[in-house]
Amino acid sequence: MSIKLTSRQVGDVTVVDAAGRITLGEGSSALRDMLRDMVAKGQKKILLNLSEVSYIDSSGIGELVSGFTTVTNQGGALKLLGLTKRVKDLLQITKLYTVFDVHDDEASAVRSFA
Amino acid sequence: MDRDARGETTEVDTFLDSTLESVDRAEELVVEAAKKVGIEEDDALSLGMAVRECAVNAVVHGNRYNLNKKVHLTIGRTTAQLVIRIADEGEGFELDELPDPLAEENLLRHSGRGIFIIRAFTDEFAVRRISPSGTEVTLMKNVAS
Repeated sequence: MSIKLTSRQVGDVTVVDAAGRITLGEGSSALRDMLRDMVAKGQKKILLNLSEVSYIDSSGIGELVSGFTTVTNQGGALKLLGLTKRVKDLLQITKLYTVFDVHDDEASAVRSFA
Repeated sequence: MDRDARGETTEVDTFLDSTLESVDRAEELVVEAAKKVGIEEDDALSLGMAVRECAVNAVVHGNRYNLNKKVHLTIGRTTAQLVIRIADEGEGFELDELPDPLAEENLLRHSGRGIFIIRAFTDEFAVRRISPSGTEVTLMKNVAS
């Protein structure tokens, strides 16, 4: 399974629910396209829900980082929600865990954008 | 099964096309082999991730998706280790010239984490040039005795 991405609005925060694998090819390009599209539409508060993402490779990490810098450079914020242990471990060993604002609970994550 | 001069038995020896499907296949074969020799599920999946990164390097950076070039995957084992070799037909790279992905100035770079991930999830890692052209990367994972 590659990745399935759906978005929903919670107040002024756009929550992107991702499910599957974010790996080189279809998975990482789908995430890149979706984040770019959101930034182009002026959506600057983005919460990426990764609780159903079982696997990310270095290409997927690259897309997370690119999304983060793109949104931040536009004056917005990209935050992460619900990391699985494998994804959390990967972000920790690559020293990116402290770069991202990571949340376990959606309600508090949404409030943190205020 | 016969052992070679290194005391290694070969479990898998296959040539894969230079496609992303081959990356998935290499990962599957290694995870399957790792579980078969008793490597725990979590470590097997991490090893699979290391192999994935290595196979991506071979397909994308080494063979540049050239379907005339193959990726040679072998999976062998000694009494102590699972030994995976992934060879491409590319121009090669210098390990020492790769930027450190953990350096402050590189943290937000889009790429450059593959080799770091390979090292993180294997017990030994080696790279050598092969003749007439190409690079062979060897990943070793300790097997509980």
